[in-house]
Amino acid sequence: MLLEINPLVLPDPGLMIWSALAFAILLFVLGKFAWKPIMKAISEREQGINDSLATAEKVRAEMAQLKSDNEILLVQAREERAQILKEAKEIKDKMINDAKEQAKDAAGKIMADTQQAIENQKMAALIDLKNQVGNMVVEVSEKILRRELSNKPEQENYIKQLTNEIKLN
Amino acid sequence: MVVGSVAAIGAGLAAIGAGIGIGQIGKGAVEGIARQPEAANEIRTNMIVAAALVEAVSLFAVVVALLGNG
Amino acid sequence: MNQATEQHNNTDQKEEGDFDVAGTILNHIRDDHSWHLWGHTSIHLPVILKTDKGFEAFSSSRLSDEHHQLVVYNGNYPYKQVDGKIKVMNADGSINKEASKKVFDISITKNVVSMYITVFLLIIIFLGVAKAYKKTGVTSAPKGFQSFIEPVIIFIRDEVGKPYLGHQAPRFMPFLLTIFFFIWINNLLGLVPFFPGGANVSGNIAFTLTLALFTFVIVNVNGKKDYWKHIFWMPGLSTGMKIFLMPIELLGVFIKPISLTIRLFANMTAGHILVLSLISLVFIFKAVSASAMAVPFTVFISVIELLVGFIQAFIFAMLSALYIGMAIEEHHEQELVL
Repeated sequence: MLLEINPLVLPDPGLMIWSALAFAILLFVLGKFAWKPIMKAISEREQGINDSLATAEKVRAEMAQLKSDNEILLVQAREERAQILKEAKEIKDKMINDAKEQAKDAAGKIMADTQQAIENQKMAALIDLKNQVGNMVVEVSEKILRRELSNKPEQENYIKQLTNEIKLN
Repeated sequence: MVVGSVAAIGAGLAAIGAGIGIGQIGKGAVEGIARQPEAANEIRTNMIVAAALVEAVSLFAVVVALLGNG
Repeated sequence: MNQATEQHNNTDQKEEGDFDVAGTILNHIRDDHSWHLWGHTSIHLPVILKTDKGFEAFSSSRLSDEHHQLVVYNGNYPYKQVDGKIKVMNADGSINKEASKKVFDISITKNVVSMYITVFLLIIIFLGVAKAYKKTGVTSAPKGFQSFIEPVIIFIRDEVGKPYLGHQAPRFMPFLLTIFFFIWINNLLGLVPFFPGGANVSGNIAFTLTLALFTFVIVNVNGKKDYWKHIFWMPGLSTGMKIFLMPIELLGVFIKPISLTIRLFANMTAGHILVLSLISLVFIFKAVSASAMAVPFTVFISVIELLVGFIQAFIFAMLSALYIGMAIEEHHEQELVL
């Protein structure tokens, strides 16, 4: 060989045998007694943690659901209250309006009745007046007629006098 | 003696190569972290692994140098 | 190798005078038959050899005298330690290359001890953690070491297993986790500068090659019909291209484990060399004041090595998962016919 190989990079067969033995022992012992339970425990714990996390998440979602349900109820209640208040107010307004209306009608009716009564009284008075005027006319006519029958000139004077009287009236 | 010197030159050349390679990795990693600071941890891990792989290549060269340096 | 021996002898002679940086560093990162603790104290590990005369075992203390000089031990053959390796010597003190090649060294070396310390640690840690899971059940939060290990396991599962293996990840998770933790703990133990750390296990090519071979075997044993089809008879191409691609794809099958081997080996060895070189600065300048510069640098590099130790273990596991994922993937022919 042209070049001598550095003993550093020349694998020693004896050491290789010991290494292989060491690794084989380690692989067997750890594989049988350590890795199996450890890996199992770790994956079980991870499973457990995942499960707990999922459960927690589920509970949280349920809580959120409940909360939102409550909120919906609250909103509904609030709406209902507002509705009731609104209705009450409407009823109140309506009642007041009705009352006002009724009062107004009643007042109008009283006014109308009163007017009617006044009118009736007026009519009655007028009729009475007419009757009296008629009577007076009849009396005057009677007196005139009587005077005419006794004295002509006087009669005429009298008529003149009467007409003057009437005019003065 | 001559063989030893040649081996030393070879090891030096390997060091240049590894230096450039690791420099490139570092540059890429720093740029990556600057662009995406939230991925810094992942980039750093990959950077170290890549640097170790590049370094190993230069050490291959050193071993080859040792092969001829008995 | 004669040349190397001479160099080594020179090194030994120079020890009192000039400080031999390269020699010291190589001495620290290679495998050894004794584990140096401090000063002149070291643990002598057993040497096990297989030769054509059968097995042979003796303490490595026989290979050095009371002055810590390497000497010849006369077993079935005259053995001497040269550059950390057991060689058969000739009567005149030179290495018998022919006989040395027949010696098969399966000694319990420093790396072997360190590796089994890691195995022991991992078994203690993970059996304890597994017991904790059984005891406390899955409902309680992880406690103590369990809470440190669990995120790492989840990280490997989510970053390595799931992205590359998908629904088949659970089948390969034991392999990926074992290989990741084995490499990681070995890397970390290698960073400890004193006993029981300091051995360069994951920076030893024999170790990394073995692990890569495990990946190689798992990839090819689990390879589906599509995987082999893509290697030997790439669908959707002309016959000429198919024949042309076959050797390249076949080469790729072997390059993958080799790249895994060298990546881990070179990274860890480079880390050790770097730390040792920086420490050596103090001795090169022969001044305590040099430590003012060397120590902060060493601390800095050691911290980086902590990161590299994790990243390399992660990359080994990740690429293993990637290769396995590529082999077990069910392709859809329609996508590939362009």
